[in-house]
Amino acid sequence: MHELAVVQSMLDVVLEHARQGKAQRVESIVLKIGELRDLVDEYIQSYFDYLSKDTLAAGANLKIERLPVVFLCKDCDNRFPVRLQEVVRIACPHCGGEKVNLVSGREFYIDHLEVI
Amino acid sequence: MAEMRLIDVKKEILSDNQARAAENRELLRRNRVFMVNLMASPGAGKTSLILHTIRELQEAFRIGVIEGDIASAVDAEKVAAAGVPAVQLRTGGFCHLDATMISMALQEMELAKLDLVIVENVGNLVCPAEFDLGENKKAMILSIPEGDDKPLKYPLMFSVTDALVINKMDYLGGEADFDMTAFMARIQSLNQTVRTFKVSCKTGEGLESWTHWLRDEIASCRGAVPETIQ
Repeated sequence: MHELAVVQSMLDVVLEHARQGKAQRVESIVLKIGELRDLVDEYIQSYFDYLSKDTLAAGANLKIERLPVVFLCKDCDNRFPVRLQEVVRIACPHCGGEKVNLVSGREFYIDHLEVI
Repeated sequence: MAEMRLIDVKKEILSDNQARAAENRELLRRNRVFMVNLMASPGAGKTSLILHTIRELQEAFRIGVIEGDIASAVDAEKVAAAGVPAVQLRTGGFCHLDATMISMALQEMELAKLDLVIVENVGNLVCPAEFDLGENKKAMILSIPEGDDKPLKYPLMFSVTDALVINKMDYLGGEADFDMTAFMARIQSLNQTVRTFKVSCKTGEGLESWTHWLRDEIASCRGAVPETIQ
């Protein structure tokens, strides 16, 4: 539901970098978003299409790379992805340990732009 | 035909909000005010916890409240009735507070005359987790009837919070089917540094651990005196 605020903020960053880079048009925007972020990809694109009208980034294609939620097992140092909606306990698939640390899945940044 | 090229960005999507949050944080630091951002589902007990906190800390600290909950005009009145200044944000159906709204609220408060600002965020476990307000600490409430699976459903919130108040402990052992061991294991997986407090705003159980933590946090914040202030 907060996609609109997120997209407005993203557009501001994109336009700033596009202008600095003397771009004539932004063709695509590559976003890296961790699975922990509750955003609906389809909403992001349609809000973006709406907000970016009459800007350098109008019509740009959003390429959203979703990064998995990954935990690190404190017992055996194994790194493993987890789909949190599908499990009831978070345990290492290698040793069964439940002492684990979240190491990624919260990413939320603009990686790069493809421009002309 | 013009050639396609890449512009490296590597910048947080919400960097504008983060910049404003940093301004809020600096304003609070200069005024030696501790701000806590309180987040929870509707009905988890935000207002009850705030009212209790006011009662317990009112003698020791000067408290202000920023009310951000959508349906909380009633809440602001309750808080004002408890004798502390409250600013009601008109969020107009917004699902979260952001740093700009907090900046406006802080401008309406006499920060030099406050030690603690409590922000009651909008009632949901999704959107508020995304937005830094400039607070010193994030706190959230999970109430027993909501269930022990919530860290798996709303992992971001549980992973970013500094303090977790587990409210309605009086429901345990009753009708609530809540596996505390499984719940705590999920919390530990997502967040190794979170402080947890098991309380009941109804019976008063455990609330002193929460207010004790707040006292320590406020004291250490006020101890960090900015020497440049005359």
